[in-house]
Amino acid sequence: MSMILIDERSKADAKIVELSEAYARRVEAMPPGTCPIAVQAGLLETSAAQTCGKCTPCREGIPRIKALLDKVLRYEADRSDVAEIAKRARLLRDTADCAVGYDAGAQVLKGLESFADEYECHISKATCDAGTRQTVPCVTECPAHVNVPAYISLVQEGDCAGAVKMIRKDNPFPTACALVCEHPCEAHCRRTMIDAPLNIRGIKKFAVDTVGADKVSTPACAEPTGKRVAVIGGGPSGMTCAYYLALMGHEVQVYESRKKLGGMMRYGIPAYRFPRERLDEDIRAILGAGSIQVDYEHAIDAEEMCKIAGWYDAVYVAIGAQGGKTLDIEGADATGVMSAVDLLGKIGDDEYPDFSGKKVVVVGGGNVAMDCARTSVRAGAESVTVAYRRRLEDMTALPEEVEAAIAEGVEMLTLQAPVRIETDAGGNARALVVQPQRIGAVKRGRPAPVAAAKPEETIEADIVLIAVGQAIESAPFEEFGMPADRTYFEADGYLRSKGHENVFVGGDCQTGPKTVIMAIAAGKTAARNIDTYLGFEHELDCGAEVPPARPNDRTAYGRVNIAERPARDRKGDFDYVELPMSAEEAAQECGRCLRCDHYGVGALNGKGLGQW
Amino acid sequence: MVKLSIDGRETSASEGSTILDAAAGLGIKIPTLCALKDLNIIGSCRVCLVQVEGEEAPCAACNTPVREGMEVRTDTPQVVAMRRANVEALLDSHRSECTSCARVDTCALRKLAADFAVGESTCDMPAKGAWNEDFPLIRDSSKCIKCMRCVAFCKKVQHCAVWEPSGSGTGASVAVKDGLDISEAGCALCGQCITHCPTGALTARSDIDKVLDALLDPEVMTVVQVAPAVRAAWGEGVKLSREQATPGRMASALRALGFDRVFDTDFAADLTIMEEGSEFLEFVKSDKPRPMFTSCCPGWVRFAKLHHPEIVPQLSSAKSPHQMMGALVKNTLREAAEAGGKKRIFCVSVMPCVAKKYECDVPELSTEGGRDVDAVLTVREFDRMLRMFSVDCAALEETDFDSPLGLSTGAATIFGRTGGVMEAALRTAVSILEGAPASFEACDCTAATPEHPWMEKELSAAGLTVRIAVASGLGNTEKLLNALESGEVAYDFVEIMACPGGCVGGGGQPIRFNRELAKERTAVLDKLDAEDSLRMSHDNPDIQKLYKTCLEKPLSHVAHEWLHTNQEEWTI
Repeated sequence: MSMILIDERSKADAKIVELSEAYARRVEAMPPGTCPIAVQAGLLETSAAQTCGKCTPCREGIPRIKALLDKVLRYEADRSDVAEIAKRARLLRDTADCAVGYDAGAQVLKGLESFADEYECHISKATCDAGTRQTVPCVTECPAHVNVPAYISLVQEGDCAGAVKMIRKDNPFPTACALVCEHPCEAHCRRTMIDAPLNIRGIKKFAVDTVGADKVSTPACAEPTGKRVAVIGGGPSGMTCAYYLALMGHEVQVYESRKKLGGMMRYGIPAYRFPRERLDEDIRAILGAGSIQVDYEHAIDAEEMCKIAGWYDAVYVAIGAQGGKTLDIEGADATGVMSAVDLLGKIGDDEYPDFSGKKVVVVGGGNVAMDCARTSVRAGAESVTVAYRRRLEDMTALPEEVEAAIAEGVEMLTLQAPVRIETDAGGNARALVVQPQRIGAVKRGRPAPVAAAKPEETIEADIVLIAVGQAIESAPFEEFGMPADRTYFEADGYLRSKGHENVFVGGDCQTGPKTVIMAIAAGKTAARNIDTYLGFEHELDCGAEVPPARPNDRTAYGRVNIAERPARDRKGDFDYVELPMSAEEAAQECGRCLRCDHYGVGALNGKGLGQW
Repeated sequence: MVKLSIDGRETSASEGSTILDAAAGLGIKIPTLCALKDLNIIGSCRVCLVQVEGEEAPCAACNTPVREGMEVRTDTPQVVAMRRANVEALLDSHRSECTSCARVDTCALRKLAADFAVGESTCDMPAKGAWNEDFPLIRDSSKCIKCMRCVAFCKKVQHCAVWEPSGSGTGASVAVKDGLDISEAGCALCGQCITHCPTGALTARSDIDKVLDALLDPEVMTVVQVAPAVRAAWGEGVKLSREQATPGRMASALRALGFDRVFDTDFAADLTIMEEGSEFLEFVKSDKPRPMFTSCCPGWVRFAKLHHPEIVPQLSSAKSPHQMMGALVKNTLREAAEAGGKKRIFCVSVMPCVAKKYECDVPELSTEGGRDVDAVLTVREFDRMLRMFSVDCAALEETDFDSPLGLSTGAATIFGRTGGVMEAALRTAVSILEGAPASFEACDCTAATPEHPWMEKELSAAGLTVRIAVASGLGNTEKLLNALESGEVAYDFVEIMACPGGCVGGGGQPIRFNRELAKERTAVLDKLDAEDSLRMSHDNPDIQKLYKTCLEKPLSHVAHEWLHTNQEEWTI
């Protein structure tokens, strides 16, 4: 027998690893607006590289389909070509020997269906579909379309106040978004192609940490218009709308049902993630911008809403999703069982719970579940357990939130579906009984859990926190006549409430519970559309200029992450957990920005993104 | 100001300006294709690459802002090699059929390819793009280098946005907006996209064949006329200096092409003033909605019809001068033609314009004598024919235009620049109202410039106060129309020219890459006007004779038949 090599891989394999990583980063940084057929062709090209050439449908089919896709991309294909693609892709899917082939075929077929309009446009109009046009990734991915390259550049120039002004052009909550934004802007950052996405939130945080938002003047208001607008709900969406309306010269009346402004940023996000005094910086700046009156602890019922719609020239309803969803299981009404919304809402008014000596179980896997768990740790709980019916990687919470919770001693019990809550004789919660699950097939893009052939388990629990979603308290407004679909208010693309000319609605109450920045985007859109509805076309000057672009620094760097206080320190208090980014770190991070507003497709948007 | 050095020479440039600007300040030439100052700075062609000390990659000079202490090199072999490679890459997808290309002499890409000694492309040439070849504006996508200059100019300067970037990725190109046929896309036919295209992707339809056929036909009497602005630019395409390219030499050049009669559209411009001026004097005393607009620019008439149909009734009913000339020729020269053994008259207009190719085909612009004008040649086509006929223009004697449709005044000559029609009209209108020659200063409209949206002026004569405005460029026109509509301004008489600067900047004029020549050409016309012994249209003795013998008086029945039209009825 001959001897065998310990490593049988080809010599190139080791080097391919690096290339594959670059490949993966490039896919990750797919610019918004890319032609989906081009992406399909790219995927097929990859499949062609992977085919071993053994079996017919894969070896012969992939290059032929690729050639036809290229013809479509050149706008030279007709319907018979597309039919040919489908025919050959079916053969590939149905008859190839391994996944390299049959999955390639399946993906082509899926694309033909998902992007039918795009194919049609390529064939009949010799161009891409109307919405298929590349744009600046970070700006497009930010729901409020904040001019990210501009404020990063301003920070780089040392003008943090200018950066705050630039952010405020589209988002009056620079501090909130610096601290708690889910930063969709980073998702397709072009820098990923070179090393890693920019830490955009981190740079914004550096800006507002360097100069408080309330120390940066807001732009001068336009001439008073004499128009009056009511805003129902003083959360991120309502206050954003109020801010821009005030700058446009309208008189704004905010009705807030709670003691303070901020909505879920105060009554949903715990202080260790977003200290109240930092929230107040944004709110102070907003209230100082123009004519904004606030009525606190003033809930609106149907009758009053009717009057408001008559009194005011326009109304923006942004009541959020303030109700906690409950679990429909036995024992859900036991003492010690509460919704996340109840727990975090009370903290918003500084009513901190005392969980000393208690065993806490949190049900859910989203950010709110992590907030509940980490809050329980800080409230002195003896143990905190998160019970979730899927796996850790399936959690909708940001990975860093999950990691932070684990670091603070939270136990993650995954693949456990709640069955019932056991109580003692006094009706107090005693334990959460769960049915173990196993992860199953992918349904609607996510692997779905199914009950495992294992017996139920009992988790001791004095306190059960239900963090499985929020509900909208839409009843009074529905009674007034605003249509809602399963409690979500219905609105058209301009956020006009159906059937009411002067009532606009947006934010969580219209979309269901989403993110702060999405609520802000809705408030901004509503303000603009209310202005138009009132017969104006105000253009606001943010008071900052977009700095000229510097050539790209092409050296690959590591991404500067924001560090947190050590878990053993931070878990004992409600103080802010994140540590500041240093000036040195911020400078390096800003220097990585590729200024996509200036280079590449951004240049086609005219003179930068300064005016729009 | 920012201090920097380029090729070792210290200089300073204003903040926000680019390396390209700073280099130009030093007289350092950097080749460009896509860059169009203030309008299209997108860094797409990559032939303006330069090296900046400390940067690992070369920068596009057009869109790299200057920075303090920057050290730029525009002249290294590395830079030149990269520029050259990009020109080569552009040629890979360019249909380099230069022998048949209308832009063979003025193509910026061809010049760069020659300068960089780029060899033949190894790629297959793309096929000629499909197009509606009957339309006066022709696009050949196979020659487009995707520089987006046409998109920028049409949208930002001319407010028509006929062109748009289309497709994406490697299929990115330029197309007519919304996939429309060009004839349905709201194109005013100003031709500015042609004069700003670096290659032969955009051209005007060639009508040289039609004209040659007429010249070859022994039964046809060929009549040519030449627009005011042509005399300011025709020499550019036949290598004459401004001093050499006189109107007299131009008349001789036209004769050298074999035309039987050589007339001057300037004569018809004087006639336009008589008709349009009289129309205005009637209008100003009426309660018709203000203002009255000039109508001699067919690009403007098309823009009005396509984008502002509501104001079309306010256009002067006067035909444009060359159409008036055509109608006169067809109606008064028939006998002379027949006496010379000719069966038909073929009327050719040499125009600085693309829209006039459309105008002459408008069926409504005809009389009993037939269509007013049979073919329109651009100045570029005129120059081409001179080269075709090997006319040694510099050696030509100066001659007069044929009489009686050849004598004109300085007032007609300035029709070729923005403000000229208005100024000529004022000279005559004020003179008539006051019964004494108007002062040239009072009528002066030389303040008109495309750099401002419009100029305005108020003039009093014989107790009548007239508010006038002048705009050129369709973006400026749009602004003026908006201001009129909102009531922000109010005027009695408004002159509009579709091309920035008027016909001197016309879309049918000779092309010099990245040079706006409207100002230089305006100076030629203004000098001719200043030196003319006749400077008021109503003083033109041949015009006076024409009214006496044939037209009776302005706005007479015959004048209406021959010289007026209703633009609302024009087929578009």
